[in-house]
Amino acid sequence: MPQLLLELFSEEIPARMQGGAARDLERMAGERLSAAGLAPESMRAFAGPRRLTLVVEGLPAAQPDRSEERKGPRLGAPDAAIDGFLRSTALTRERLVEHDGAYFALIETKGRPTAAIIAEMVPEIVRQFPWPKSMKWGNGQVRWVRPLKRILCVFDGAVVPFNVEEVKSGELSEGHRFMGSKQPFVARTFDAYAQALAANFVVLETEVRKARILAGARTLAAARGLELVDDEGLLDEVAGLAEWPVALMGDMDESFLDLPDEVIRTSMRTHQRYFAVRNPLGDGLAPHFISIANIEASDGGAAIAAGNARVLSARLNDARFFWDEDRKVPLAERLERLKGVTFHAKLGTMYERVERIEALARELGPLVGADPDLAAQAAHLCKADLATGMVGEFPELQGIMGGYYAREEGLPGAVAEAIRDHYKPQGPSDDAPTAPVSAAVALVDKLDTLASFFAIDEKPTGSRDPFALRRAALGVIRIVLANGLRLPLRARFKRAIADDLVGFFADRLKVALREQGKRHDLVDAVFALGDDDLLRVVTRVDALDILLTSKDGANLLGGYKRASNILRAEEKKGPLPSGVAERAADAPPEETALINALASIAPRVEADLAKEDFTAAMRALAGLRAPVDAFFDHVLVNDPDAATRENRLSLLIQVRDLMGEVADFSQVAG
Amino acid sequence: MTSRTPLSFQDIILALHAYWSRQGCVILQPYDVEVGAGTLHPMTVLRALGPKPWRIAYVQPSRRPADARFGENPNRYQHYYQYQVMLKPNPPDMQALYLGSLEAIGIDLSLHDVRFVEDDWENPTVGAWGLGWEVWCDGMEISQYTYFQQVGGLDVDPVAGELTYGLERLAMYVQGVEDFRDIAFNDPRSADFKTYGEVFLESEREFSAFDFEAANVDMLKRQFEDMEREVPRLLKCRGRQGQPLVLPAYDYVLKASHLFNLMDARGAIAVAERQSYIGRIRDLCKACAEAWLTIEGENAAAPALGA
Repeated sequence: MPQLLLELFSEEIPARMQGGAARDLERMAGERLSAAGLAPESMRAFAGPRRLTLVVEGLPAAQPDRSEERKGPRLGAPDAAIDGFLRSTALTRERLVEHDGAYFALIETKGRPTAAIIAEMVPEIVRQFPWPKSMKWGNGQVRWVRPLKRILCVFDGAVVPFNVEEVKSGELSEGHRFMGSKQPFVARTFDAYAQALAANFVVLETEVRKARILAGARTLAAARGLELVDDEGLLDEVAGLAEWPVALMGDMDESFLDLPDEVIRTSMRTHQRYFAVRNPLGDGLAPHFISIANIEASDGGAAIAAGNARVLSARLNDARFFWDEDRKVPLAERLERLKGVTFHAKLGTMYERVERIEALARELGPLVGADPDLAAQAAHLCKADLATGMVGEFPELQGIMGGYYAREEGLPGAVAEAIRDHYKPQGPSDDAPTAPVSAAVALVDKLDTLASFFAIDEKPTGSRDPFALRRAALGVIRIVLANGLRLPLRARFKRAIADDLVGFFADRLKVALREQGKRHDLVDAVFALGDDDLLRVVTRVDALDILLTSKDGANLLGGYKRASNILRAEEKKGPLPSGVAERAADAPPEETALINALASIAPRVEADLAKEDFTAAMRALAGLRAPVDAFFDHVLVNDPDAATRENRLSLLIQVRDLMGEVADFSQVAG
Repeated sequence: MTSRTPLSFQDIILALHAYWSRQGCVILQPYDVEVGAGTLHPMTVLRALGPKPWRIAYVQPSRRPADARFGENPNRYQHYYQYQVMLKPNPPDMQALYLGSLEAIGIDLSLHDVRFVEDDWENPTVGAWGLGWEVWCDGMEISQYTYFQQVGGLDVDPVAGELTYGLERLAMYVQGVEDFRDIAFNDPRSADFKTYGEVFLESEREFSAFDFEAANVDMLKRQFEDMEREVPRLLKCRGRQGQPLVLPAYDYVLKASHLFNLMDARGAIAVAERQSYIGRIRDLCKACAEAWLTIEGENAAAPALGA
């Protein structure tokens, strides 16, 4: 079956966009081929610094022919209607067939050659390609991520002719900018294409480039008895920066090793895209680095490694300047500068924010088991590093530098640690702080963020969350749970925003629990009680989960639903009775048994709830299952006698209300 | 660097002039108003707009008062040189032309690692942006390469390709020196050899003191406000030949921009005011760009008057 080979060759594509571009190319081509009735056997897309490549295997040579019967006017319809139908189908009257009381037209569509479909598809994909940022060039109006230079498009060994403005499709591609033959090569099949690229120093597949980089870097490190400091994000990026990646080791002046490791690594990574190496036995970095070049240089890379080392020295000299200068001024003195830093136009300065955090840390510190003075001191200083030179240069070191500077000026260890960790947890793989002072500052920092932005109505919408409020709320949840904190949320916020925020937390908690495999309807059932204590909510959800997975629990849920359906129907007829069900002498035994069960179970449930022993409360509740089932099996609620009916309704109300104290079972699915 | 003697600072400039002259560029001399970057030269900012082809290259002294370091930082100074090239429309082989210019100044492309790394250029004070790269040579950023998409908030069509070479950095790289003061300004074998430091260190010291300590903030502020009033007034004027006064108005935008930079270096601009100042300059620049495009349109309609 024929093969399609497509390459879109351009000037350098930003590394961060390559992976998404390969996926988009495959998706867009797949959708269009399928829509044209051309289902391929397989597709693969590749992206690199200068090219997007797609190979589609097993395409038919043409679309299948289609024949379709279209229904027209009924037999005996006016001529005008029939003529109109003939016009729309381009047929003559003799060609119409008659059955089922109507005229039908048989329309035959000849399948178009696949090449013709491709010739239309590729320009459309180019024009509609969803680059995060795109541009025009020269005199053209087409947009691409950078100027598009060539399109190789071969189907079944032959060029598919079309053009996108100035760029005509062809069967040519080219290799590495400096190491290749400098002449374009012809490729009519994917195999020939891949071979020509390899011969011209281009590694087509991202994963192969990554493997090559890692192998090269590890070999170099091992040769000196060192090991590579893994950095997945950096690996992804450098794999997008070189068509022919070559690892080189360079030297760093040992005197830089007295800088914090994070500073050296950040400088290497963000400015230079170098990997750090360390001594496997020691605890720090080694005075070397590994850079990934895009060329096998004629001198074996000596000039490149020396050049790389010089640039790194200049960068680390800057970093050392900041490190030395920053330590001359105590953090407390830097706070003044935060008075001139706007946190948000409607929320005042960063300094004002620090004042709020500080007050809150003093108040909530004891809740986390932190000394209020230490918590307040850490909160007071936690943003001071924003005014340091180092954080100005490397914003991602915020917190970390504050921690170092706090230690350098001899502040208590707990304070330094809290400054360092107060942005945590920053992602799913990041731990929530558990040291008391750290947890306190991390918690209040996020609470203040949430309260502030909700107060000015800057809530996340859809995929927009510019102030990372979802992450802040999830951070609060994780800190609360990791530290077993009792923190009623509603009381933490002003009345006007409390409902919104508690709802926002409920949503975040639902997402978090769902990720742990918990049922979100159970979270709803518990939140519906109006509880705003996250720890209690989670404990209750867990207990409810256990109850409902038991047979008694599942059946009890059925009984609950039945009771509430009856009550809902009755409510429409008039007000429900108030009062407690009475034991009647002539009542069926199942009615009395349920009254008795309620009388014994209700106080136990209440007592367990008061102790917050939700598992025990649920277990007690499960005891209602048998009497409730028996009641429904043998007792007719809708008794003709009004007093009897009201007594039985009262009984159902008591069952529903008792269960309602444990969770809102109406929210539970099933 | 290579087996040949590395080029001196001035020979790099001469080599670039010769190279870009061969590519059909008009080789201009620097503009005589203080600018923070070579892009701001009216022959780039304004000529990027409109339909006419335009190829230029020039050296532009650039001033960034906030970068003053009294000549003590090995690679930061308040006055430096940019080599600026603009090709409008950008030719299809512009990357190859650029690489050719590196070879022209002695960079052996088989020995060094030249890379185009994503860096999208933006200058909010002139409402301009473009997509492109910073060009790395062995990990050192040696040029900025941009396809202008908008200037003064207006679309650049056809697109102009712009190259900016940081000349001191390039020279330090080519010559293998670590401090700008050590750059060979002229040929080290010449009878009266001068380093960059001998030519400019005194100037760095004096202007650093001016930028950080002596500049008169009240006067700068008054002058800024004068410029801000003059730009719209000039844009309303027409000369006796019917000509507009866009270029004189734009000079005042440049002056306003430099006055802002001086006030900023003196620490006289509060953080909250910064955005507002930048916005004011951008508005002035946008007014000039729009007026310029109007004349370009008039000229295009009457080709006999066209430049």
